[in-house]
Amino acid sequence: MAHDHDDHDHHEHRSELSEMQLRVRALETVLAEKGYIDPSAIDALIEAYETKVGPHIGARIVAKAWSDPAFKRALLEDGSKAVMTLGILNRVGDHLIAVENTPKLHNMIVCTLCSCYPWEVLGLPPVWYKSAPYRSRAVNDPRGVLADFGVKLPPGTDIRVWDSTAETRFIVLPMRPAGTEGWSEEKLASLVTRDSMIGTGLPKQAREAA
Amino acid sequence: MDGVHDMGGMHGFGKVEPEPNEPVFHSEWEGRTLAITRAMGYTGVWTIDQTRAGIEELPPDVYLSSSYYRKWALRLEKLVVALGLAGADELKEGHALRPGKALKRKLAAAEVPNTMSRGSFARPAAAPARFKPGDRVRTKNIHPQTHTRLPRYARDKVGTVEALRGCHVFPDTAAIGKGEDPQWLYTVLFDGRELWGESAEPTLKVSIEAFEPYLEPA
Repeated sequence: MAHDHDDHDHHEHRSELSEMQLRVRALETVLAEKGYIDPSAIDALIEAYETKVGPHIGARIVAKAWSDPAFKRALLEDGSKAVMTLGILNRVGDHLIAVENTPKLHNMIVCTLCSCYPWEVLGLPPVWYKSAPYRSRAVNDPRGVLADFGVKLPPGTDIRVWDSTAETRFIVLPMRPAGTEGWSEEKLASLVTRDSMIGTGLPKQAREAA
Repeated sequence: MDGVHDMGGMHGFGKVEPEPNEPVFHSEWEGRTLAITRAMGYTGVWTIDQTRAGIEELPPDVYLSSSYYRKWALRLEKLVVALGLAGADELKEGHALRPGKALKRKLAAAEVPNTMSRGSFARPAAAPARFKPGDRVRTKNIHPQTHTRLPRYARDKVGTVEALRGCHVFPDTAAIGKGEDPQWLYTVLFDGRELWGESAEPTLKVSIEAFEPYLEPA
């Protein structure tokens, strides 16, 4: 019976894929024929999401904050304004808020209602960020969620969870790893993981540098 | 709307399962669904709040059993039909059977780099902010059948205003075609125990971004 069940699941999976391909193709064709959308703009959007935006942008922001105390102060004061001074983005939303991790406080970002995420600086959210397990548990069992990621905070580190319920967007400024004194921003950026900027991970350690 | 989308604090969904080296899209149709949705949004036919409501109004079993982008595709079908932009018969046929409506604007490929940042939802305020950082507030015990951004777990709870975040489009009215009705927005911080009782870790703090109509003095 177990074997039959597996076959059934695989079949369902395949048919959902082809069903979705057909439905989305129909949507695109109808909306293009109606004159509402231009398929070349659709291609350009996909390319931009796949190649232009991503956590490499956030990593540069974090590395800059680790290297430049004046920038760090400005970032924590007004994230949107500070990020614009770096010249890596044309524009950023009005309310990008950077929250700082310290030895006493670990920050974690979630959107319990949908999938709000700082796209401009981290790219599109991973599947787990949009999933029911993360959205349900981050607000009442953040330490358990961290354990799912293999992260254990030192004793004495409290947790603060930010539920992104409006158009404000949050990025975590993780702690700079030990043993990175004098490193270039580029080398520092190689330690900054996407998850460390959401608060479900920590930056890589100095010996893991690219 | 007290729907299954409002997941904060629910039990039984299991472990978080990160996927190593996750691709941006898992299938071609996912990317196209996202991009078509963005391009239609650019034409001005709907607001971001209407699109969020469109996902929340999917039947609960469909919401829970569909992948993220499947929900987006189902919403897109529903919205274009509901707004009279295309007919269900045309989606079924896979071709336009009638001419389109005239829309405000159309996204060109050359314009795409300028659309990759968030739109602005900040608006001038009609009145001064009612609360200031440090004020104790109680969230209202509201259960609207339509879209709201006050999660269930944070209703009728006492917290502290931590920051004023400006005045923004109010999702609760924008989602149902009742206008932007701009409202002050606050970060409101709660003790874990206020939200979850004795089972919460004693030092846990959770904040929400709360619009002024959700709050009253505590």
